[in-house]
Amino acid sequence: MIPPIRSTLMALAGLALAGPAVAQVKLTGAGATFPNIIYQDWVLSYNQQHREVQLNYQSIGSGGGIRQFSENTVDFGGTDAPMTDSTIAAVGGNVLHLPTVLGGLAVIYNLRGVSTPVKFSPQVLADIFLGKLTSWNDPRIAAINPTVQLPRSDILVVHRSDGSGTTYVFTDYLSKVSPEWQRRVGKGTSVNWPVGLGGRGNEGVAATVGQTPGAIGHAELGYADANKLQYGQVQNRAGQFVTPTVESVTAAAAGAMADMGPTTDFRVSITNPGGADAYPIASFTWLLLRKQYADAAKAGALVPFVWWAVTDGQAAAARLGYAPLPAAMRPWIEARLKSVTAGGKAVWAGRK
Amino acid sequence: MRPDRAYQAALTGMALLLPALLLALLVELAVNAWPSIDRFGWSFVFTSTWDPVADVYGAGPLIFGTLASSFVALVLAVPLAFSVAIFLSEFAPRWLKRPLGFLVELLAAVPSVVYGLWGIFVLIPFLQGAFGWLPFFQGAFYGNSMLAGGIILAVMVVPYIAAVSREVLNAVPTTQREAALALGATRWEAVWMAVLPYGRAGLVGAVMLGLGRALGETMAVTMVIGNRHDISFSLLQPGYTMAAAIANEFSEATTSLYLSALFEVGLVLFVITVLVNAAARLLVWRTAPGRAVGSRAL
Repeated sequence: MIPPIRSTLMALAGLALAGPAVAQVKLTGAGATFPNIIYQDWVLSYNQQHREVQLNYQSIGSGGGIRQFSENTVDFGGTDAPMTDSTIAAVGGNVLHLPTVLGGLAVIYNLRGVSTPVKFSPQVLADIFLGKLTSWNDPRIAAINPTVQLPRSDILVVHRSDGSGTTYVFTDYLSKVSPEWQRRVGKGTSVNWPVGLGGRGNEGVAATVGQTPGAIGHAELGYADANKLQYGQVQNRAGQFVTPTVESVTAAAAGAMADMGPTTDFRVSITNPGGADAYPIASFTWLLLRKQYADAAKAGALVPFVWWAVTDGQAAAARLGYAPLPAAMRPWIEARLKSVTAGGKAVWAGRK
Repeated sequence: MRPDRAYQAALTGMALLLPALLLALLVELAVNAWPSIDRFGWSFVFTSTWDPVADVYGAGPLIFGTLASSFVALVLAVPLAFSVAIFLSEFAPRWLKRPLGFLVELLAAVPSVVYGLWGIFVLIPFLQGAFGWLPFFQGAFYGNSMLAGGIILAVMVVPYIAAVSREVLNAVPTTQREAALALGATRWEAVWMAVLPYGRAGLVGAVMLGLGRALGETMAVTMVIGNRHDISFSLLQPGYTMAAAIANEFSEATTSLYLSALFEVGLVLFVITVLVNAAARLLVWRTAPGRAVGSRAL
């Protein structure tokens, strides 16, 4: 038997010898903070299986990710809000949006003594955030919550003060269900909120909601679950009131796929999709890849990683608070990945 | 002689480096802010619509919020800090001076995010309890407000003002006090009539240092001020500051005009800070030309 210290030393020596023997490809990415936890998990797991690829993802925010990707300072980007047509034109169209996981947004509130989840219809939700519906005992809320004893308190709206992909998803949803929201506010990572207080980050919104009876806000589902926040059900396009869960968020993507085809632009918004069990406030988060890479070695390492992430990597999603992609999307993503070229040649032949 | 000259040249270089950095910063801000300046002109400073979706930016509420929260902070902090400084330099027993002075200075070493957390979890619930019942304020009061921001800032700037003021008062010659006491003044009268006027310039300097910190403070303020792009003259309504808006929105500023507008906010903050400091210096020079303690330092 080898003493532990000697075996450690030998292992270290082995590492030192193995290091230079494999030519390492270094890949840098930057962008969205929302998927950071699962991206770091993927980077670590993938590196353990593929010593020759060294990945590095910095969560600097979607806007920064798009900028760095456009300026060519990173090999791939990450974003929660897809690039606009004009930013895509600015990089000569040389970008692919690839969905990696899904996130849902919970409508959190602070109503003491209310234990059954409050139900929200799209119109009620839009009117609350527009400042037109200001009291919890409004008959419109009572009409869809006949069994819930709602207090008489005022509604305080709490939203994100920092620019955020969650704001994009939430305002995208409200823009779809309310023409007035679409006209007065619109969608974006930061918007001109008609009413309410701004909290910094999920934790800032959650803290303000938690301290103020009658407050309502929005937070990432994973964050809401991890911190055991109270959240409500939202009525989907099929008329069902759905609780946000990993499954109902994945169902949202599956529902949205019915309106998509294999060649649909993946930038598509999946809020308010069809499907009876789909939770309506959900979104993809995307990796940004180039259609044509200059460096064949980098592209040849990056594309298999992304394929691994959207297949084997999905197993980590639910555990980390994300919703996995529907399996039916895989062939569509595979086709996009096969189209990536370096020096005019495809870098990846497809799944083995 | 050669080492001496090399030493002098090195020091001169270092000394010039700082103003050069300041200038470079100003140029960089102005260049990046140019698209926004070009687009909005003076309306950027005077309008209050901040709509990233429509790409329309007006920083009026941010400028107002920065000045108002800093003003509230000074109103609360200056009497407290001066009291501490006068007590420490004039009245405190010897055994209490050092530990108390040390503890006050320690407040300055607490990271601002910690103050922010204290603000969220202690100050705001307290304010909700203290003011929430008042019926005559417009709308409901939720704690996150200009008042909360001002209080947090006050706590943060007290140690700076107190520490500098104490040093200023310690530098006042003992003969000043003795002369006043010899004329029959009480100890309090001696402080009020002989010590404080002598240190006036230094005390103004201490306040300006505190103000500079209050104007630029970001993290703690954004956690309690409510982050609303609105001008409200009630202290109990939410507001926003320039530094907080930059910190909040910079990472997700997706359009180039949006980014440029944030740079312009930074430029305005820079200019306001310079103006405030210049005004303070002028004030000191005019009231105490070259004789009071600390006027040379300013």
